[in-house]
Amino acid sequence: MREVAVVGIGLTEFGEKWDTSFRNLFVEAGANALEDAGMSGDQIDEMFVGNMSGGRFVLQEHIGALIADHAGLTKNHIPATRVEAACASGGLAFRQAYTTVASGMQDIVIAGGVEKMTDVGGSETTDALAGAADREWEGLAGATFPGLYAMIATDYMNRYGLTREQLAMVSVKNHRNGAHNPMAQYRKEITVADVMKSTLVADPLRLLDCSPVTDGAAAVILCPMEMAREFTDTPVKVLASSQASDTISLHDRRDFSTLDATVAAGRRAFKQASLTPKDIGMVEVHDCFTIAELCAIEDLGFCVKGEAGKLTEDGQTALGGSIPVNTSGGLKACGHPVGATGIKQVCEIVEQLRGEAVGRQVDAEIGMTHNVGGTGATVVCNILGV
Amino acid sequence: MSVPRYWRKQQNRYNLKGNRCETCGRYFFPPRVLCPECRRDGKIVDYEFSGNGTVRTFSIIRTASDDYDLQTPYPLAIIELEEGTCMTAQVICEPDEIAIGMPVKRVFRKIISEGDGGVIVYGTKFVPA
Repeated sequence: MREVAVVGIGLTEFGEKWDTSFRNLFVEAGANALEDAGMSGDQIDEMFVGNMSGGRFVLQEHIGALIADHAGLTKNHIPATRVEAACASGGLAFRQAYTTVASGMQDIVIAGGVEKMTDVGGSETTDALAGAADREWEGLAGATFPGLYAMIATDYMNRYGLTREQLAMVSVKNHRNGAHNPMAQYRKEITVADVMKSTLVADPLRLLDCSPVTDGAAAVILCPMEMAREFTDTPVKVLASSQASDTISLHDRRDFSTLDATVAAGRRAFKQASLTPKDIGMVEVHDCFTIAELCAIEDLGFCVKGEAGKLTEDGQTALGGSIPVNTSGGLKACGHPVGATGIKQVCEIVEQLRGEAVGRQVDAEIGMTHNVGGTGATVVCNILGV
Repeated sequence: MSVPRYWRKQQNRYNLKGNRCETCGRYFFPPRVLCPECRRDGKIVDYEFSGNGTVRTFSIIRTASDDYDLQTPYPLAIIELEEGTCMTAQVICEPDEIAIGMPVKRVFRKIISEGDGGVIVYGTKFVPA
């Protein structure tokens, strides 16, 4: 296995993008990544695109070719593949690109993610996202996606004494971080009171516990570490990339409040990098709902089960805390274009490690990402360092 | 949604007809072709669940997709059947009535209907026992 580096990152601004299309979102992020790496599109050997549901959101399949075409990469007929694992599609695209470069199969590979979610109405979005869980045996019973995470929250609060206010503090912290991220959908601080009086979506989760519906794209360029200095003075090394699976249905899990796939992917990543949670300077976790951030912090090993609410309340997950979580604003404030999120998390860690995260900079040399598909049926973790 | 997806020949849509693995003793609903523990060493036999269970966790769904919108707010739960298998289903009770540990039993009910005169989908819900 070769050592792999990230040499370019590119994002679109996240938000409701009425003035652009699915394909153009990706092309903008990809062009930004090439610009960042000082590279020409002709140097790209292969491309992976993470996308959850182009078929439902924009009625488009065959997304690898579509993106390659509009990015001007069909000229060289490069392999272009769409990968899908619901909300972990972006993380999966990154891992595919990583293994492709690490194996020696290709040298320069672009990994991206894109989702255009606002071209359909809210009901259609809710229905499409329910496909991230078990459509037949959860969705048909009336389970919405927030409803499934709400059942995790009910179980967790009953067992560990987590308060409703502590859950709200996750959202407040992520909005505070997002206010400093120029690419974030919501650059606005909120209060615990705002969360507590927002509309109930699925008890105990309220609107401001939930990540929003977002359009956006993200892209990163990977190459062998030995080539990295040709493109950048600040290469970021991929220390680990891991993936794990679990039952598609929440009801088949051993423990509703523990994502065993997060535990497995986390352990694999730490093993590959020969590191422990104590070595990680900051982490981007998959906070699709506030409860998900607390489960992730615990399941990755940053604290014991049941303590993440207290850790959040004590400010330890905020900027300046012992383990800053979601400096980008997370899915909650930065936005959650589902297929793009896993790549956006990598972009944030790279920006942090380069010292370019103005207003939200953490002084650290190692960062981690954690991307979840469904209620934990797929998890991808990456560890990056300088 | 298409009619064949909910066709009445799929017995486990309308009854708690699952199966169990005689090798390890685990019960499955919906039925599995392969025991995830024993895989090809497992011996799978049909089994009909009693329909008695308890609420393990729950939520009250207040925002749903169009097909379910008229039913909101509705209690949704993970039910642990007395055989140890869990499933997701609606519980027919008042939102403030549902609680963890509440005993429930299965009933056959309408799940959704596709507008006036459209396909009606039936299936399993639970009521307080």
